[in-house]
Amino acid sequence: MLTILALASIVLLGIVPQQSEAIVIYTGWERHALVGSDIRLSCSFFSWRWTSEDVTFSWSYRPDGARDSISIFHYTGGAPYVDNKGPFRDRLEFVGNPARRDGSILLKNLDYGDNGTFTCDAKNPPDIVGRASSVRLLVFEKVPIQAGVITGAIIGAVLGLLVLIVVIYYLMRFLVARRVFNLSVRFSERISQAFTSPDCSRFH
Amino acid sequence: MKSKAWTVSSSITTDLWYNCLTSGGGYHCKVASNEDWIQAVQALMVLSVLFCLLSLVFFLCQLFTLVKGGRFFFTAIFQILASLFVMCGAIIYTVMSPDRAVGVEFGYAYILAWVAFPLCLVSGLIYIILRKRE
Repeated sequence: MLTILALASIVLLGIVPQQSEAIVIYTGWERHALVGSDIRLSCSFFSWRWTSEDVTFSWSYRPDGARDSISIFHYTGGAPYVDNKGPFRDRLEFVGNPARRDGSILLKNLDYGDNGTFTCDAKNPPDIVGRASSVRLLVFEKVPIQAGVITGAIIGAVLGLLVLIVVIYYLMRFLVARRVFNLSVRFSERISQAFTSPDCSRFH
Repeated sequence: MKSKAWTVSSSITTDLWYNCLTSGGGYHCKVASNEDWIQAVQALMVLSVLFCLLSLVFFLCQLFTLVKGGRFFFTAIFQILASLFVMCGAIIYTVMSPDRAVGVEFGYAYILAWVAFPLCLVSGLIYIILRKRE
């Protein structure tokens, strides 16, 4: 029993340090936006180490159908470097907070040509082993409502209203019946009081 | 396949849930558009069937619990609501469905919806007049 425990703890200790060295990056999975609007692509990471001063964020963009990705944003040495030659010049802004592990960027004035995959890669030295995370951007003229959402909403609303009406009806009936019951109880009490009070002796 | 369609043309049949295209090879179907109005028509048709079913259940219920000489008001309300839903659905479909091009006509299911609406309404009104036998 003790040997099994010892072996298990050795195995776990062997596994855990490896995992604690990996950095995990979080972005969205897919983002929808309207033409002409702005969108904030968020990127944050989890790391077992404290956030170092040499933390770096870098965003790259691969258009739909293209094979190569180009780099559009890089944050290093405490300063952000924004794309000034590529498709996002003058449209990209850094709105993240590296001290809080947030490397989000803001894309302004979206167009149909901005459809594609955005990849965020963050490094927190000495924690540098990790997998970059991608978010897919879809630009629409009008954001479509998913199939069946309105259908389900209308059906649910009408049935819910029906249930509400039935509940209110039975509640009203119950309250009215209780009120009538209380009134009749009080009435019969007064009648019995009237018969037992001393003034009544006059009538006998 | 023609019978369940709301619009038919020479090669394309659409009903409330699918648009199907018959080409030489076979039958290709895709889910009907995500537009708001077709989802509203779907919801109204489903609700009208549900309410008709509920009115049948209430009729059987009231048949055994109603006092002699009483009227089937509850049943009538549900039946009339069902007919109103069918009417709304049919109207929305008529108004919003895409242009009536040459060779595109309304299918049998659409005609059935318009026939069902007055029949349902009449049935609901009859329930109001109906009295339980003394």
